[in-house]
Amino acid sequence: MSATVTRIKSEAEASLESAFAVARESLPGQAKVQALRDEAAALFACNGLPTRRVEAWHYTDLRAAMRTMLPLAQPPGKALIAKAGAALAPAAEGQVRAVLIDGYFIDELSVGLITSDITMRPLDVTLAEGDRVAIEILSTPNLGRGDAALALNTAFMQGGVEIDVEPGYHAALPVELIQINSADKPSAIFSRSMVRAGAGSKFTLLERHISLGTEAVQKNDALVLFTSGRSQVEHVFVRERAPDSQTHVHSLLLNVWEDVKLNSFALVEGGGLLRRQIFARFESERAELSLSGSTLLRGKDHADTTLVVDHANPHNSSREYFKHIVDGSATGVFQGKIIVAPHAQKTEGMMKSQTILTGVDAAMYNKPELEIFADDVTCGHGATVGALDPVQLFYAMSRGLPRADAETLLLEAFAGDAIDRVADESLRDMLIARVRSWLQRRAMS
Amino acid sequence: MLEIRNLHARIGDKEILKGLTLTVKDGEVAAIMGPNGSGKSTLSYVVSGREGYEVTAGEVFLNGENILDMPADERAAKGLFLAFQYPVEIPGVTTMTFLKAAMNSQRKHRGEAELSTPDFMKRVRTASDKLGVAQDMLRRALNVGFSGGEKKRMEVLQMTLLDPKFGILDETDSGLDIDALRVVAEGVNALRGDGRGFLVITHYQRLLEYIKPDSVHVMAAGRIVKSGGPELAHELEANGYRDYIGQAA
Ligand SMILES: Nc1ncnc2c1ncn2[C@@H]1O[C@H](COP(=O)(O)OP(=O)(O)OP(=O)(O)O)[C@@H](O)[C@H]1O
Ligand SMILES: [Mg+2]
Repeated sequence: MSATVTRIKSEAEASLESAFAVARESLPGQAKVQALRDEAAALFACNGLPTRRVEAWHYTDLRAAMRTMLPLAQPPGKALIAKAGAALAPAAEGQVRAVLIDGYFIDELSVGLITSDITMRPLDVTLAEGDRVAIEILSTPNLGRGDAALALNTAFMQGGVEIDVEPGYHAALPVELIQINSADKPSAIFSRSMVRAGAGSKFTLLERHISLGTEAVQKNDALVLFTSGRSQVEHVFVRERAPDSQTHVHSLLLNVWEDVKLNSFALVEGGGLLRRQIFARFESERAELSLSGSTLLRGKDHADTTLVVDHANPHNSSREYFKHIVDGSATGVFQGKIIVAPHAQKTEGMMKSQTILTGVDAAMYNKPELEIFADDVTCGHGATVGALDPVQLFYAMSRGLPRADAETLLLEAFAGDAIDRVADESLRDMLIARVRSWLQRRAMS
Repeated sequence: MLEIRNLHARIGDKEILKGLTLTVKDGEVAAIMGPNGSGKSTLSYVVSGREGYEVTAGEVFLNGENILDMPADERAAKGLFLAFQYPVEIPGVTTMTFLKAAMNSQRKHRGEAELSTPDFMKRVRTASDKLGVAQDMLRRALNVGFSGGEKKRMEVLQMTLLDPKFGILDETDSGLDIDALRVVAEGVNALRGDGRGFLVITHYQRLLEYIKPDSVHVMAAGRIVKSGGPELAHELEANGYRDYIGQAA
């Protein structure tokens, strides 16, 4: 490089760096983990919080959204744990459930810590024990490299959970990962979790993000989903509506091995700022990856879904299918990059993003990208943005549906189209019910 | 009773209805025939409340009530039904769901209780059997992938279930095979009487063999230019519209 750019550190950036310097000694993990943290902190110090000038963050200015750093979240007290517990429906018989509050693993609320087929433990234990393989997987050397927000998560990661599903095990009920933000005082949360699907295992992972209070929260969490050969995993991510004071970066890191079927769906209900970034990499051959989601935004919500799907190996297919309803003066962002390595022949990749803007001041930014270096591939992408179809609206109204009901009917069908990709019927019903109640609230406002 | 008085309507700068006057009395079946582009569908849309038209003059009364300021759903609840020339596909909404939403919306508007599921199912089964609509079609998304004829049958099914006071049928016969035409016409005839009026828009005398009109009206360039009895339809079939086109311009 011929020129050096000198950045002036923002207040938040300076605080994050000094907070790291202070916390460094007490964060969990031995030398190897500490080296990872230091490396990540150095990357962050060099790059700072992402701004519009970083291509992958062009539509979400995290630096502007995070002017100051909030105090690091502390482990929750008894009263808070009781309150969070009361907010959860009891786990079903035989269900495995991991509960995090403000990023910290909560033993009392988690269920099925060790069954013969699924093992669950606080990630801090994994970090402290320093098992070489676990740390290697957790550090995702091939995913999200150079992303400053992810680096921040690496530097500060604590709390979280590790869930290991034994090879060949087929779980009847969804494995739950419930992340609760107490939001009872301003706080910053950095947690990372890891789910390992053993070879040939089959299960559904339900990941829910819930906010209890309304205080400002800066949350930066990551989930590493490592799928061994022949595993079949359905991942359903539900970001329940958050208070407007929330700034949330969620990184999903997917290693997809041979003959894997991985289906990840996200329902995003908006609230504050959300950046959801998915980094996926095909590590072998003959795997099928489906990424889909329905995003529902209103008010001044900002939600960014950014995907990087790396077809690093041949004979894999990926499908990306995202629906967005953007109401009020909310902003939606969809960026999807499909990379096909030179030797990754017979790659299939189809990416679609569809948006209905219902708000007068609503905005949607789409940026699909294909970086194809192989020649024998079938890849494509499409993005549409439009209003509700006036002809469909009139048709429904001419049958007696009031405008608001006609809109709700059409919007539910639109969002439901992506939900249809979820195989688990009871989860599909739950998702549709959530969409319906979001739409009803929209119709009343 | 539907009374349309001196109706003028435009889209943007283009005036399509140019002073249309027509009365269809209770229990009457009136047929409208007219060349392509004369404004027949536009008339059906303006009367049923589609947005995007500017009504610059005139009035439309349904059973004595001026409906022009009402949104489409309110007109429907007052008993107006339009069978579309081009029924609209609604992806992701099953026909069953749509029918139930439509019936209950109208009931709610009229202050009636929602239909129970068994009652609803019974009504749908009875009507669909009569119209030869297969049960599996009811589980598919409304009109999506339906053939032209299936879509038209679905319009008549909806009309039967919604039990309107006044029905406008816009070329419901086009795209129907001979058997379907008979079934659909029987569906309409079954609703005749009880004071229900119909406005039947068609290009073909053939439909009028099955649905015998009380009056026939010729529409050209946005107006009714001639009215008469059923014999007028035969005359049009023989001579076409050439006598009327010059007259309207
Ligand atoms: N949205 C629109 N913008 C401009 N012109 C329109 C629009 N809709 C209809 N028109 C015009 O208005 C005229 C009447 O159209 P309409 O569909 O009412 O005719 P029609 O009598 O139903 O014809 P057909 O017998 O072919 O069904 C046509 O010239 C048509 O092109
Ligand atoms: Mg027409």
